[in-house]
Amino acid sequence: MQMSGAQMVCEAIIAEGIKTVFGYPGGAIMHVYDEIYKQDGFEHILTRHEQAAVHAADGYARATGEVGVAMVTSGPGFTNAVTGLATAYMDSIPMVVISGQVPLSLIGTDGFQEIDAVGISRPCTKHNFLVRSLEELPRILKEAFYLARSGRPGPILVDIPKDITVEVGEFDYPESVNIPSYKPTYKGNARQIEKAVDAIKKAKKPLLYIGGGVVLSNAYELVRQLAEKTQIPVVETLMARGVMGAKNPLLLGMLGMHGNYASNMAMSETDLVISLGARFDDRVTGKLSEFAKYADIIHVDIDPANIAKLVDVDYPIVGDVTQVLEKMIPLLDGVNPDRYQAWREILKRYDELHPQAYVDSDEVIKPQWVIERLGELVGEDAIITSDVGQHQMWAAQHYPFDRPRQWINSGGLGTMGFGFPAAIGAKKAYPEKTVINITGDGSILMNMQELVTAAEYKIPVINVILNNHFLGMVRQWQTFFYEKRYSETDLTFQPNWKALAEACGGIGYDVTTKEEFDAALEDAIKQDKVCFMNVAVNRFENVLPMVPAGGALFNMMLPPKIEKDGEEK
Amino acid sequence: MAKSTDERRVISVVVMNESSVLARVTALFAGRGYNIESLTVAPIPESDMSHITIETKGNAKVMEQITKQLHKLIPVYKVIEHEEMVEKEMVLIKFPIAENLSDIAALAAAYNGGIVNVGKEMVVAQVADEPKRVKHFIEAAQRYNPCEIVRGGVVAIER
Repeated sequence: MQMSGAQMVCEAIIAEGIKTVFGYPGGAIMHVYDEIYKQDGFEHILTRHEQAAVHAADGYARATGEVGVAMVTSGPGFTNAVTGLATAYMDSIPMVVISGQVPLSLIGTDGFQEIDAVGISRPCTKHNFLVRSLEELPRILKEAFYLARSGRPGPILVDIPKDITVEVGEFDYPESVNIPSYKPTYKGNARQIEKAVDAIKKAKKPLLYIGGGVVLSNAYELVRQLAEKTQIPVVETLMARGVMGAKNPLLLGMLGMHGNYASNMAMSETDLVISLGARFDDRVTGKLSEFAKYADIIHVDIDPANIAKLVDVDYPIVGDVTQVLEKMIPLLDGVNPDRYQAWREILKRYDELHPQAYVDSDEVIKPQWVIERLGELVGEDAIITSDVGQHQMWAAQHYPFDRPRQWINSGGLGTMGFGFPAAIGAKKAYPEKTVINITGDGSILMNMQELVTAAEYKIPVINVILNNHFLGMVRQWQTFFYEKRYSETDLTFQPNWKALAEACGGIGYDVTTKEEFDAALEDAIKQDKVCFMNVAVNRFENVLPMVPAGGALFNMMLPPKIEKDGEEK
Repeated sequence: MAKSTDERRVISVVVMNESSVLARVTALFAGRGYNIESLTVAPIPESDMSHITIETKGNAKVMEQITKQLHKLIPVYKVIEHEEMVEKEMVLIKFPIAENLSDIAALAAAYNGGIVNVGKEMVVAQVADEPKRVKHFIEAAQRYNPCEIVRGGVVAIER
């Protein structure tokens, strides 16, 4: 069928089953936007910044497991999108970003709004394409979607010169993809899996170490099965929160820099780490030479480059977690769960010794209280996104995440400004669910213009601002490691949050007591409008426990001990 | 990244012959702090692929990451970490014509080369040999006051 390059872009998006696209038009991509105007196969959401468009597509992808799509123009449109691409790249999120480019004849002339998009995005995309002729456009679009969602997922950039979007030619969208140099390994090596199973059967103190790859592979039910069957305790990374379910007695919690005592001690004392879809990030391992010092390591990962990158691995298994577990679980039929009883008892005692707890207050709202209260009030039903900082860690520590894809945050890149647009994307995917962005007074300002987007499209995202008038996490490090020199972290000067939200078409709440918080949340859910809940929290609260950067996991700064009557010791 | 136990290694990378593929490979080395000593690239005859030969330095762990990361690039078809290889490098050296040309010719001949061009002011000698021998040739050539030396980079093939 004959059509223009711009039409081909729209047809490919429809053929891939994408229902919502986020973007921002401009000169080089105008032909595509003209086609978007004419079609009704997908909805387009106009964000107010390209970075937010990419984060929104990212949030959509994380919530659904589908490919997120964003569209931007050339030059500044593209460079604004780079942070979004890098964020998705670090967390392996399937995404296709389509950018306009100056016409072919102008490429390389420093033309108006020209930038080398493929050059800039090379280190922060799984792959990228500069389309050089209309003939190759359908194939490239097909390959882009295929590459985004297959193997280790990731963002793909398709940069399309303006003249190619006008040109007319035959549209023959390929049904399949054949890239001879790209053949991801999904099936784990059978012999290696058998060896790993033998190691599990012999271990005395095994530990399941669950990462974001389990979510990407939709392997959570198999992970739960594996844990149930063997009764091996589990630690989750930041990216895997929700995989085991908050109430699962085998779950010790999150590990790493802000992991809890039992999780970090488990990792320090285990004799066999069973790592599933986790990449041994430095925020997880702490000092490498002390990490899981007494353990053999089974490492299952679809990306061979992740295996043995940082730690030596005894049982490397390259493959998709789902496919590996499908083979592994039946082989564990003979394992006696009582074998690890003593180990579980030790870890239980650790948890009783230093539980994930905080000292609450009646005078001031504690940020941890807000998170726990949210858990009580909207718990399992809500999707929680977050920005980056203290609030993110409190959310990860204290929210009762009960299912994967319920918790959406920027783990690898740590992108402030991610949470609000990501929440918009998640809410577009699941309009019936309550979507709450847990954010800080520093983070929310980085993409607050999306209030206008959310108000215009009636996307009622609730932004809970844990307001401590600080760039809290940096302030915390300044407290601990820079003798309280609060260089440029004091955010005493603040906007009028309520008025700001209202000026953009949303609603605002100023919350200073626990009662006001409950009332505001109830009202926000009822009002069904985008909102800012500005919650005044304790200014100098720290995220604890904490492992100082580069320290060993077992050397933790612990919160004050809490006696049974709730008094601080 | 480089440590004292670093060894010289030669890697061949077979890539799909598409635009900016070389940039992807070199950007990988630059972005991850790996070292490139020399690099050669040319299309593989009667195919849609190219052969890149990279001479690098690194310990076993670094080399493992280099090969794995190269594999991750979408257009990379094959990565060969050479062990038993035949490797050759070409060098062109320009000498003033006033130098002892028969000595230069004899020296080049000893390293599988010869004088390949003679001009008014200079002669050009060419040698193609193992990289180590090329190095020896360049050292020996110093006494004839070379005014320009151009090395071509290593090409290698597994035995």
